[in-house]
Amino acid sequence: MIAYIMCFILFLVGLYGVITRRNLVKIAVSLSIMEISTFLFFALIGYVDGGVAPIVDPADPVKVYVDPLPQALVLTAIVIGLATTAMLMAIIIRLYRKYKTFDIREIKNLRG
Amino acid sequence: MDLAISVIVGFMILGALYAIHAKDLLSSVIACGIVGYSLVICFLLLKAPDLAIVQIVVDTITLIIMVAVVLDSSREESYSKPDTQGYITAITGLLIIVILLYFFAVSIQTLDVLGKSSLRMAEYYIEGAAQKTGSANLVTGVVFDFRGYDTMGEAVVLVTAVLGVLTILRLKGKK
Repeated sequence: MIAYIMCFILFLVGLYGVITRRNLVKIAVSLSIMEISTFLFFALIGYVDGGVAPIVDPADPVKVYVDPLPQALVLTAIVIGLATTAMLMAIIIRLYRKYKTFDIREIKNLRG
Repeated sequence: MDLAISVIVGFMILGALYAIHAKDLLSSVIACGIVGYSLVICFLLLKAPDLAIVQIVVDTITLIIMVAVVLDSSREESYSKPDTQGYITAITGLLIIVILLYFFAVSIQTLDVLGKSSLRMAEYYIEGAAQKTGSANLVTGVVFDFRGYDTMGEAVVLVTAVLGVLTILRLKGKK
């Protein structure tokens, strides 16, 4: 149970960063921290005590496997997370080239 | 297992806090790498080798992209003393966190204890999956056979993201 709570605290740290930081790069970092806590939560849900990795060994068929379904979901989510992060960083580069700053308040003031 | 995971996640929280508060953006990005690579160790402890391999590759690429962006800039986070807007966002954030804590306390009671999860959904996938899909690795079987259309959608999303990045970086901004 402690692991679930620590995982939730990690999510809250990322959320705190997204809400309070004013720097675009730090917001992107906080977003990826939130993502990571979600991946960890899914992996925790599927864990079974004494289970082995879900790879079938024909020589030893009676075994306890950990749940392969959350792992398959996280496998998809990790790759999508890379795509969104790359997109985010591309937009940040564009904003930096136009406004010469990462600070969202200054970008808001320079709008025109 | 619960304790080991908790200790590693504790280090991840420390790394995340440093990443959020560091003065230099480069150290912030590297501290984000701490969190990502600790996740790899967690995956290995949780018996998910496929996820560990993918996460190592993805985290390295993310780190490279972020370092490339940061090195191109002045690297400093401009500090300014808190204003009214800052206090309002802080209070809003606190409120959101309290609400989330309430829902977490409600929902954690429906979760199985760590390590005692019942495989009620995965039983069908595990039973004879090696014969049905021809793949000894059950995760690969689920990703590429039972949920093949999901994987196709994922490939479409990836292609769209690459096209989006190329378009954004090649646009000529309005002067």
